[in-house]
Amino acid sequence: MVLVLVLFLVSITIAAYSTFSERKVAAFIQDRLGPNRAGPFGLLQPLADGVKMIMKEEIIPTTSNTILFVGGPAITMITALMTSAVIPWGPSITIAGQKVALQVADINVGVLYVMGVVSLGVYGIMIGGWASNNKFALLGAVRASTQMISYELAMGMSVIAIIMTTGSLSIGNIVHHQNGWHGMEWNIIAQPLGFLIFLICAFAECNRTPFDLPESETELVGGYHTEYSSMKLGFYLFAEYVNMFISSAMITCLYFGGYNFPLMDWVQSNTNEIWFALICVGVFLAKIIFFIFFFMWIRWTIPRFRFDQLMNLGWKVLLPLSILNMLLTGAFIIFNQ
Amino acid sequence: MTEILFYSLSIIAIATSLLMIFHKNAMYSVLFLLACFFSIAGLFVMLNAQFLAVVHIIVYAGAIMVLFLYVIMFLNMSTPITIRKSKLVMFAAVLTGLMMAFLLVVSVWQTQAFGQHPEIVDQNIGLAKTLGKVLFNEYLIPFELTSILFISSMVGVVIFNKKEVEDE
Repeated sequence: MVLVLVLFLVSITIAAYSTFSERKVAAFIQDRLGPNRAGPFGLLQPLADGVKMIMKEEIIPTTSNTILFVGGPAITMITALMTSAVIPWGPSITIAGQKVALQVADINVGVLYVMGVVSLGVYGIMIGGWASNNKFALLGAVRASTQMISYELAMGMSVIAIIMTTGSLSIGNIVHHQNGWHGMEWNIIAQPLGFLIFLICAFAECNRTPFDLPESETELVGGYHTEYSSMKLGFYLFAEYVNMFISSAMITCLYFGGYNFPLMDWVQSNTNEIWFALICVGVFLAKIIFFIFFFMWIRWTIPRFRFDQLMNLGWKVLLPLSILNMLLTGAFIIFNQ
Repeated sequence: MTEILFYSLSIIAIATSLLMIFHKNAMYSVLFLLACFFSIAGLFVMLNAQFLAVVHIIVYAGAIMVLFLYVIMFLNMSTPITIRKSKLVMFAAVLTGLMMAFLLVVSVWQTQAFGQHPEIVDQNIGLAKTLGKVLFNEYLIPFELTSILFISSMVGVVIFNKKEVEDE
């Protein structure tokens, strides 16, 4: 229970500071200064943004469907936060004689649970976009659903290869499986193609550039959240950052060894359990932060796709590649027996 | 505790599925059906069938219902409509529906687990391991045949769509 609360606060804090660091990274890439007025180095900017969002006037269009209009952002936020329950943050520690796992729930179908929740994420956008009763919002919602359905397939296929090598659907086991070679037996070494597919699909599922067609402001005003104002808009934007955080955590867990780090067995034998667990959590967070940075890096580097290019990439490139990856992994496992 | 959960989930499932049928707005119907799927997934979890529950959510809530919503949005079917069909068609539909329901009830009635307390039912019954072993040993041929049926229907849809484009 405590862990759930901690996790919730951590997710929110990291997401809040992602909005700040997004602007800082953008400024760095474009050779600007970025926000630096609120607090030292502009560190209080997320707070100021939050207050601004809440204080703004809230408009619910009279032609909209009120219940669903309010429900849309709520569903988006709930599904964004739900995924974090199955992510293992570190090895289990012993407190007062009890073994405590640093994971909210190690359900034995963890990977599938994540896929399920991710596939539900589209409802918030679709319902919100439809309930706005605005053609731009509807177009954005339709684009979002098309995109998410298309990329979910390739994503699932690339994860299947990981499940085949690990032989387990539990994320805890998948991470534990990668601690061979002194904590360096990461899945990225065996599954480079799968990683690439998963990464691209993660970008598409988060609606991040170059896949931010549902909200492309040059064509659709604001996409699915055109009609939203105040904190409801804030929820939609914020959910994107929470999703980014969770995706980074998933990428780290599945392909970059989770909390495993080089020479971890040496560190384990030289420190006590609590310190070791803390180092593991720190390493995990560092990897996550790197991937969040990577998300931002891509955003300010690569321009947006055109919609037909997006569909072609999803169905004609990524899906066949992921099936090929699955077949190769299967063949490799059989020949190695 | 178990019983309260079971009854509340069942009531939600039945209520939402009825609402789904009787609601005039197609958009709400889809959302009620979605709620129904979730309560059924909850029932699966109560039987310790986590795999089934999650797959149920991924396939039905995550993929099929999204497509339903998609079509409703595209065709703008959300305005209330009354469906007018001839009396004969309606009668035939009700009859086949009732026959199907009868068949399902009878076949469920005859299973061993029917009416048992969820905690007595084999706890491993819905895990991925058990399910995989059963599917790929005992029911291998029916399973493969269903897959072929699925693939052929998908290929069929693609071919039908291709033809239309060429004709234009």
